Amino acid sequence: MDIELMINSFPKLLSAAAITLKLLSVSLIVGLIIGLLFAILRLNKNTFVNKFSYGYSYVFRGTPLLVQIFIIYFGLGQIEYLRSTFLWVVLKEPYWCAIIAFALNTGAYTSEILRSAFQTIKPGILEAGKSLGISNKIIFYKIQIPIAIRQSLPAYGNEIILMMKGTSLASTVTLMDLTGVAKYIISTTFKPIEVFIVAGSIYLFMTFCIHNVIKFFEKKYSF
Amino acid sequence: MELLAFGKTGWGDELFIATLMTIAVSITAMIIGFVFALVFTPLKLSKNKFFNFIANSYTTIIRGVPELLVIYLFFFGGTGALMYVASIFGYNDYIEINAFITGAFAIGIISGAYSTEVFRGAVQSIDKGQFEAAKVIGLSKFTQFFKIILPQVLRLAIPNLSNVWQITLKDTSLISVTGLVEIMRQSYIAAGSTRDPLFFYSFAAVLYLLLTFLSMKLINKLEVKYSRGY
Repeated sequence: MDIELMINSFPKLLSAAAITLKLLSVSLIVGLIIGLLFAILRLNKNTFVNKFSYGYSYVFRGTPLLVQIFIIYFGLGQIEYLRSTFLWVVLKEPYWCAIIAFALNTGAYTSEILRSAFQTIKPGILEAGKSLGISNKIIFYKIQIPIAIRQSLPAYGNEIILMMKGTSLASTVTLMDLTGVAKYIISTTFKPIEVFIVAGSIYLFMTFCIHNVIKFFEKKYSF
Repeated sequence: MELLAFGKTGWGDELFIATLMTIAVSITAMIIGFVFALVFTPLKLSKNKFFNFIANSYTTIIRGVPELLVIYLFFFGGTGALMYVASIFGYNDYIEINAFITGAFAIGIISGAYSTEVFRGAVQSIDKGQFEAAKVIGLSKFTQFFKIILPQVLRLAIPNLSNVWQITLKDTSLISVTGLVEIMRQSYIAAGSTRDPLFFYSFAAVLYLLLTFLSMKLINKLEVKYSRGY
């Protein structure tokens, strides 16, 4: 055990963890919006619209995240047309490519979580709202969404933790996140176990925090 | 389409072999995972606090740390650990572990943590009366486990195990960082030499979709088989 290496690498790994958290929070916010949009499309009665939404979530849940990142980072740059548009400003940065891939991926899972949450709302609740003369829009925002949030919290908590682990793949497109820095230290010092213990503890600590935050909200929104 | 031709001109045969490699690694990892689950599930269910602690640490750590980090630990640390053990037995030459074994082991340990949780849930949801009845009839411990408990556990566990399988299958793409030539690695090589990454990575995505789709079909059949009589 090389305790000195563990102590020395801790600040480096900690500052890399900040990048991990940044990647995570941005992609979660974008992913939540995408997920909500596709969950609503999925519940649409139009067959084409809901098939499209189903197809999206099927493809993104059925392929590895690594493939998705590589398609966006290496693949899209190949299209000449894209290079001339303003999108290129975004797509040439590995940071944004990673975020796009993460957001689309977590969006697919989130849409499934939200869809099942919407579907478990008892029709009686909506009928009660309607018979009170509340408009459809208010029923959606004030009744359906809060109940769906409550229903989906436990599953969404798991998704956040899975996504946090997913951000480690950013290191494959040259980003120096927690895993990226850990790999760099391992390959320069050849002390995999020590580095794993430090980096792993930071990840576990983040998992622990996310878990407790979700638990707090679950309690707050319970009925 | 020329790019996918079989033989020396295209990448069809290489990708086909790579797909078989992905399947082989996934199945091996899944089996290693089952072995781990078989060891850790009883520890998790045991009344002994120390055993509980060991099993809980295993599942918590593996499920809370990114797969990629675990793979790096095995990739960089596996050889060192093995050489250390070998040196105790007096063998001091350099040992290189094959990428397949390292990869399958790393993924297997990850999938084992998920399988353990699945089996724990399944065992816990079996009615206590089943255990008691089996004991009362006077069946041996062996028969109790294999003829009474295991069939019921399997029925309850199959839907969740199919999720574990999907996770395992997708996780194998991460082994490509260690150089094992599976779908992802082969696409990387092909994309590099033809300068057509969009095509090859999209094709890799199609291959993975095909694998997940076909395995779902197969698992559904298994599910029907094991829920006979319910």
